[in-house]
Amino acid sequence: MAFVAFGSQAPTKEQGPSKTGRVALFLLLPGLFYLALFFITPLVSLIITSLKAPSATGAIGRYDLGLEFGNYVYAVTQYAPQIFRSFSFAVLATVIALAISYPIAYFIAVKSRNRPLLKGILLTLVVAPFFISFLLRTFAWKQIFSNDSLVVNVLKDIGIFGADSYIIGTNFAVVFGLVYNFIPFMTLPIYANLDRLDLSLVEAGSDLYASPSKTFRKITLPLSLPGVISGTLLTFIPISGDYVVASRDFLGGPDTAMIGNVVEANFLRIQDYPTASAISVMLMATIVVLVSAYVRRSGTDDLL
Amino acid sequence: MATEFIARGQDLELKGIRKEFPGFVAVDNLDLKIPAGEFFALLGPSGCGKTTTLRMIAGLESPSKGEILLGGKDIAGMKPHERPVNTVFQNYALFPHMSVLENVAFGIRQRKLTEPLAKAEKALAMVELEHLAQRRPQQLSGGQQQRVALARALVNRPSLLLLDEPLGALDLKLRRQMQIELKAIQMEVGLTFLHVTHDQEEAMDMADTVAVMNQGHIEQLGAPEVLYDRPKTAFVAKFLGQSNMFIGKVTETNSETTSIEYKGKKITGLTKRSEKVTGVIAIGVRPEKTNFHETEPVSDPGLNILGPGEITDIRFTGVSNQYQIDIPGIGVMTVFAQNVGRSPVVELGAQVYVSWKIEHSFGLSDLPSGVEEDN
Repeated sequence: MAFVAFGSQAPTKEQGPSKTGRVALFLLLPGLFYLALFFITPLVSLIITSLKAPSATGAIGRYDLGLEFGNYVYAVTQYAPQIFRSFSFAVLATVIALAISYPIAYFIAVKSRNRPLLKGILLTLVVAPFFISFLLRTFAWKQIFSNDSLVVNVLKDIGIFGADSYIIGTNFAVVFGLVYNFIPFMTLPIYANLDRLDLSLVEAGSDLYASPSKTFRKITLPLSLPGVISGTLLTFIPISGDYVVASRDFLGGPDTAMIGNVVEANFLRIQDYPTASAISVMLMATIVVLVSAYVRRSGTDDLL
Repeated sequence: MATEFIARGQDLELKGIRKEFPGFVAVDNLDLKIPAGEFFALLGPSGCGKTTTLRMIAGLESPSKGEILLGGKDIAGMKPHERPVNTVFQNYALFPHMSVLENVAFGIRQRKLTEPLAKAEKALAMVELEHLAQRRPQQLSGGQQQRVALARALVNRPSLLLLDEPLGALDLKLRRQMQIELKAIQMEVGLTFLHVTHDQEEAMDMADTVAVMNQGHIEQLGAPEVLYDRPKTAFVAKFLGQSNMFIGKVTETNSETTSIEYKGKKITGLTKRSEKVTGVIAIGVRPEKTNFHETEPVSDPGLNILGPGEITDIRFTGVSNQYQIDIPGIGVMTVFAQNVGRSPVVELGAQVYVSWKIEHSFGLSDLPSGVEEDN
């Protein structure tokens, strides 16, 4: 874990290859087998599909093996707005989730440290949404924000909304839904990190002439960075590929489609498998590049 | 040297300090004065309120009542980062995400003083760690971390340096070495040191003045040799080493001497070394002030003589032998005899008399618990 970078004592000496190494390798076998079967195989299949050409017979949904790199060019030019929107939404939702989650995590881990009951209740509240299905929760928000709902009517009555204003289908509704659904994934890693924060370090900061805000910026925040990194990754990556919240069946509209929705549409409706695969491969590659750049910049390589 | 460096420490005065936590009083009406430049130790068992007192001076806890005066100015309402006080924490509290040098420079940087790194290097040189400046704290040994913590506090030239059991985590040998270094550094920089510890040897070894704390108040305050030689309460007598105690009614007292009767024997002390000269009092004597004799000593008004009794245990500690002598009708006494080749050589089971000079007795103001009383 990331804590290694901060918490550990002097590094222990590396053991040479020994019996333990062989046993460890043996224990790894089931995992390696699992990965090969359920991760590598679909990945290879996906890449092969992304390079397929339309069937010579012209049948819809039929494709032949090929090396059509043009599929990628087509996907990018055709779906540039959705790709851009996906990453914009993901960045925005991650930043908002961080702004909401950090204070929550700080309150639970630091301010409630000596109050186990309060801490337990708050943690349960953070996790509570998981008790209900992701789809149901998102659908519930669709009801709450629907055009004839109390929320929209009240907003119209007090004059914030015009007569033809609506929430469902807007960028706001989608980002709201994304933030809502992924807040626990941001809160829990930050909480886990702050829970181990040695408060005497904070006291030492104030003892050494740092004001509370300076102590937070110079000590608490840098020490909790591994938790923040884990949280942003656990939020940013799934949001980039999310296809539920932005879908027209849930909180999205015609102008809010993200990459996930494009992939879904191409696979399931248009049956354009090569384009859908090409987008998926690009999404994955982009996330890998972005995440490794981010983690490297943050100086927490130990996380990977 | 730049003007921001205070040449010497400042006086610290606590007036009627009280600290209540939900359910108990940690510090009760504490008055204390520490002159500038002194090495002062606050000594007591865990839970006596000494760390709470230190944390109130540092500003990490706020007193329920009372004043904290530093150089005559009340700092009780000031935030910790506004106080010209620095602390060496018990667990050192070094910042793990910064190099040793950055740790030491932290306080200087926060106060926006000039040349933080140069000053930090100088402070590290003082604790002989300049070669480890670029390491991370967790790569250092316990003793080295302790020195970094000391340098990090001293570099700020605080009016008052607080040490919260800073040597507690070190092994005995390193602790003794650090005690000597700490004392030397204090003499060199001339700052006021307030050292909190539960180790009586450490307190007596290093401090100019020791205050013994018990249950939120100060039992006795004074130079280490005075506290040891003339404890005023049973708690101080017991906390600072061993003693033989006798409780009995005062049978005679005059301006010179005061005597009690303990199980039919007269035990005498000097009146000026007695806190109380009426009613039932406790008289004690340190084991190394007592001697034993194989034949009965000649009766002398200047001597307390007890015995004969049997030697039931001999413990060799290097510099001295510790004897347990069971005197019928009196109880077990402890006698320390130095291994200087002069003491009589006795064996287990030998019958001996115990004596000590009456001027080595001390009379306490209260009665020790757990010692048999003779009425």
